[in-house]
Amino acid sequence: MADTGSSEKEIDDVSGVETTGHEWDGLKELNNPLPRWWVYLFYATIVWSVVYWVFMPAWPGISGHTKGVRNHSERQNVDMAIAALDAERGERMKRLLTVSAIDEVEADPQLLQYALEAGESLFGDNCATCHGAGGQGFVGYPSLVDDAWLWGGRFDDIKTTLRHGIRSTDPNARFNMMQAYGRDGVLSRDEIEDLVEHVVTISGGEANAEAAARGAETFAVQCSSCHGENGEGLKDLGAPNLTDAIWLYGGDRDAIRTTLYEGRGGVMPAWGERLGEEEITALAVYVHALGGGER
Amino acid sequence: MLDRHQFLEKRALVLTVAILVVVAIGGVVEIAPLFYLESTIEKVKGVRPYSPLELAGRNIYIREGCYVCHSQMIRPLRDEVERYGHYSLAAESMYDHPFQWGSKRSGPDLARVGGKYSDAWHQQHMINPRSVVPESIMPPYAYLNNADLSYDDAQAWLVANRRVGVPYTDEMIEKAVADIRTQLDPFADDFDGFMERYPKAQVRDFDGDPRRVTEMDALIAYLQILGTMVDFSTYEPEENYR
Repeated sequence: MADTGSSEKEIDDVSGVETTGHEWDGLKELNNPLPRWWVYLFYATIVWSVVYWVFMPAWPGISGHTKGVRNHSERQNVDMAIAALDAERGERMKRLLTVSAIDEVEADPQLLQYALEAGESLFGDNCATCHGAGGQGFVGYPSLVDDAWLWGGRFDDIKTTLRHGIRSTDPNARFNMMQAYGRDGVLSRDEIEDLVEHVVTISGGEANAEAAARGAETFAVQCSSCHGENGEGLKDLGAPNLTDAIWLYGGDRDAIRTTLYEGRGGVMPAWGERLGEEEITALAVYVHALGGGER
Repeated sequence: MLDRHQFLEKRALVLTVAILVVVAIGGVVEIAPLFYLESTIEKVKGVRPYSPLELAGRNIYIREGCYVCHSQMIRPLRDEVERYGHYSLAAESMYDHPFQWGSKRSGPDLARVGGKYSDAWHQQHMINPRSVVPESIMPPYAYLNNADLSYDDAQAWLVANRRVGVPYTDEMIEKAVADIRTQLDPFADDFDGFMERYPKAQVRDFDGDPRRVTEMDALIAYLQILGTMVDFSTYEPEENYR
C-alpha cells in the first residue's frame, strides 16, 4: 500500500519478490500481495452489502429508515410465528378453554395427552423453580405429588389457585394467615412449648403427655378455628392438616416452634395475569395428574 | 492516488484528524439517528423512573455483576416469546443508565421476572440457590441478607439519573430517602403520595424482616418490578414493526 513514489520496481534477489522500497538499517520489506481468493472475497462482501441495502432495512433517514424491498421486520416475523403456532395448537387449545371438569378431558385421550404435555412444559418453566422439577416440592413449597392439599386438590381448586395465587397481589388471591404467636406476644414461651408437644402428639410423635395436655387446651382456644378441633385442617381456609405427618416447613420440634413463634405465609404468584386461560387449564390437568388429584 | 496517501501517512496530526473524521461518519450514521428518530422508542404507557429502593436494587444488581450471567432482553423470536413473554421494548429500558440487556445467558433472562416468583423464593434463592433449584450453578449471595442498605445518598442517585435524562421531579428527589422506607411499609403515612409518584410500585417488606432495610430488600424490590411496568393494552405492535 505504502508506495514511495519511485517508479522503479526493486526485486529481491533471494526470493524474487518485489520489495516495497522501504529500508530500515539495511532490511527491506517484501511486497507480497494478499491472496487473491481473500481479496475477491473482500470485494464480494462489498457487493453483498449493496445487495443487502436494497433488500433489507438499512439506511437511517430524516424521519425513518429505508425499509428495503423485502419489507423485513423481526417483530412482524415473530408475531406471524406466534400466530402460526396458535393456529397449529388452535383446536385443542380452544377445547381446553371450554372444559369445565377433569372428566371431560379424561374422556378424550388425545386431548388428555395434549394437555399433559403442554402442562408439563409450562410446569417446567413456571412452576418447577419452586415446586421442583417433578413437583416434589421443597421446604416452604408444597409437594404436588402427594394427596395432601392445602387449598384443595380438585380440578377447580387447582385452577383457582393457579389463576389467583396465594397471598399474591391479586385481589382474589387465596389468603389466610398463620399468626406469629410468639413474636406478636399472643402466647407465652411456655404456652408455645406446650403447644409444640401437643402438635407432635397429634401428628403421631412421642411427646411429653403432661405438656401436651396443657397444649391441647391452648390449641382448642387459639388453633382449632382454622386447623379444626382435632387438627385435621380445613381446606376452605387453607389450613394444613396437622395429623398427617406431612409438613411444609418441617415437623421436628424446632420447625414447629419457629412456625408458632414467627408465623408462616408462603406466597404463590397469580398466574392469571401471566398465562392464558387455556394454559392454566393445561397446567391444572397436569398437576391434577401428578398423583393427588381429587374428584 | 496512492502517492497522495503519503501526505496523510507522513503527518501524524493530519492522519489523526483524518481517522477521527472517518470514524465519526460511522458514528453519525449509526448512532445519531437513534436520538432524533421518533421510532427509536415506542410510544407506550406505564414506564416510569425507578423508585429509590428499586434504583438501589439496580445498583446492587450492577455491583454484583448479575448482568454477566443474566440478560434483560427478550428477543423477538418465537421460542423466547413463548418462554419469557412479550419481547422487550426499547421503551422498557429508556430510564436505564446503563441498560442491562446483557449479552450472555448462563442464567435465564430476567426482563420479565417481576411477579414470577415470591419474595421469599427470591430471598431463599439468593441465600442458597441450590436449596430451591438443585441444578443451579448460580453463586450464593447470602451476605445481601445481612448487609444494611446504605441509602443516605439516595438523593444523589436520583440527581445523577436526572442529569442523564431520567425525569425525576424535585419532589421525588426531595423525598428519596423517605421513599425507601415508605416502599417497605404498606402502612407508611406517605403511602398514597408514594404510589402517585411511582405507580405500580410494590410496597411491602421484601426480606421478611421489617426491622431492617437490607440490600436484599432493595434487590428483590428491583427484581419484582422488572418487566411489569408497560401497559401492553396501549401498545400498537403494527406501528412498531422494525
